[in-house]
Amino acid sequence: MSAVIRGRVWKYEDNINTDIISPGQFMSLSIEKQAEHAMEAIDPEFSKKVRPGDIIVAGNNFGSGSSRETAPLVLKHLEVGAIVCNFFARIFYRNAINIGLPVVEIGDTSTIEEGDEIEIYLLEGKVKNLTRGNEFTSTKLPEHLIDMVSAGGLEAYLAKRMGMLS
Amino acid sequence: MGMTLAEKILAKASGKNEVKAGEIVWVKADIAMMHDLLGPRLIDKGFKRLGGKLFDKEKVVVVSDHCTPPATVQQADILKYTRDWAREFDLPYYYEFEGPCHQVIVEHGHVRPGRLILGTDSHTCMAGGMGAFATGIGSTEMIGVLLTGETWLKVPETIRVHWGGSIPHGVYSKDLILKTIKDIGHAGATYQALEFSGIAIRRMSLDERLVLSNMAVEAGAKTGLIEPDEAVVHFLRDRGIEDVELMQSDEDATYIRELSYDATSLEPQVACPHEIDNVHPVSAVEGQAVDQVYLGSCTNGRISDLRIAAQILKGKKVSKNIRCLVVPASQAVWMQANKEGILDVLTEAGCIVNMPSCGACGGFTSGVIGAGEVVMSSSNRNFRGRMGSASGEIYIGSPATVAATAIEGKIADPRNYIPKEVMI
Repeated sequence: MSAVIRGRVWKYEDNINTDIISPGQFMSLSIEKQAEHAMEAIDPEFSKKVRPGDIIVAGNNFGSGSSRETAPLVLKHLEVGAIVCNFFARIFYRNAINIGLPVVEIGDTSTIEEGDEIEIYLLEGKVKNLTRGNEFTSTKLPEHLIDMVSAGGLEAYLAKRMGMLS
Repeated sequence: MGMTLAEKILAKASGKNEVKAGEIVWVKADIAMMHDLLGPRLIDKGFKRLGGKLFDKEKVVVVSDHCTPPATVQQADILKYTRDWAREFDLPYYYEFEGPCHQVIVEHGHVRPGRLILGTDSHTCMAGGMGAFATGIGSTEMIGVLLTGETWLKVPETIRVHWGGSIPHGVYSKDLILKTIKDIGHAGATYQALEFSGIAIRRMSLDERLVLSNMAVEAGAKTGLIEPDEAVVHFLRDRGIEDVELMQSDEDATYIRELSYDATSLEPQVACPHEIDNVHPVSAVEGQAVDQVYLGSCTNGRISDLRIAAQILKGKKVSKNIRCLVVPASQAVWMQANKEGILDVLTEAGCIVNMPSCGACGGFTSGVIGAGEVVMSSSNRNFRGRMGSASGEIYIGSPATVAATAIEGKIADPRNYIPKEVMI
């Protein structure tokens, strides 16, 4: 996970839930196949139009619903660079961090539009809208999660921790 | 300053005398639960890369419930993978084809007051109805739990939801929780815990209480708790479990918010598409035509739910225009319903009884819906695409509302179908 992420925005509304991001009916397929259906209930072209490094910006409560890790996984598979929203649903937030998909809360995303170019400074807790020339303060991760992210996600963090334990 | 029930359980799980909301603590899991869809198939590689040694196999429970019975070869392969994994690790607690995990772990006595339960499913919070702190986690996080027995949690603030009064005829715990979620909003309790209290809750059977805790996550909550009482003690004693600790919130505990209701004047409630907080009294949606009704799920497929439905459907017929699918919440519920003649009543009315499973509730198997179809369901989530087609519509209500709707083929008020003399 790089400390600065720059990308083009795909903008969505409030309450983008896990059944939209990762529909249950495709969950027995591989992540590659599931990714073809990501977001299709509200944006059928999403998996075709999204480009590596693009950033999803949404309103309140992104990722509500299921604990399915396939939700952040399909977005990571499509090489979404980060997700920025007002606030995340709890389990999605943890899952995204655990698999190394940057998630950033800035409180009010209403002025960010589709197609804007934004830049996210993960360590500083800052988001810049390069298209509109404004800047937001974002929540910063607590220290133990910065350790986890620096280690490369939960699995790498655990490897380090287990190594220390043994 | 006193502690809430949530704080007390997390204090115990983190080996501390006291914790406060907002604190981040490392906690030890009493039960690590996985199901077929989000379990071994997703964690195996990472788990083995990190040594592949379970922290305590007595505390690991695996339930195959989402792909049962398999409708595709992929689902059959997932089941086989899960079964083989359980054998490889010689797990003492592996269940398949028994019903949704949340119900199965309650019935088998894995859920006990004061325990910390982590599961790879958002409705793991249902166990809170027995006085456990239970919450959903992702698959990668489960790898850590399986290896170390631990994870970190932020101690949640608690919203207390007080239901006083007596619940009127034709109104059930599902109606109480839908009304609660309407007011809190589907993200209103994000990062927080709900605690349900009051005489209306205390008088409920465990079956009904579990509906409230099951749906806590639909308000965004981390868990939904009910202080355990004698009803929980009796339930566990029947399963040979004697050592039950009845933790309660302290009287001077701090709550972030308190909601207070009188159940006496509550009408049956219906959550309308496509959000669970889009809740209206049944009178506002009566007459809405449906294509299918779904009576079941971990939310409302227990024996008391089937009894209510049988009461309403006895001697009646399911509308010719629709399908009425009944999915008991477990094999044990199925057997009990069979013993009581409930399955006969339901099938004679024209219902189709499916095997206990997550089935069509999550859009996986056995009754998913097609384009534009409308469902009235007793389950817990009505997101767009949840039960199949993204252009389908899902209404959610109590088993009674579902049963009444089955008769009319359109959303109906159950109070018109419950004879006064059997109303309790």
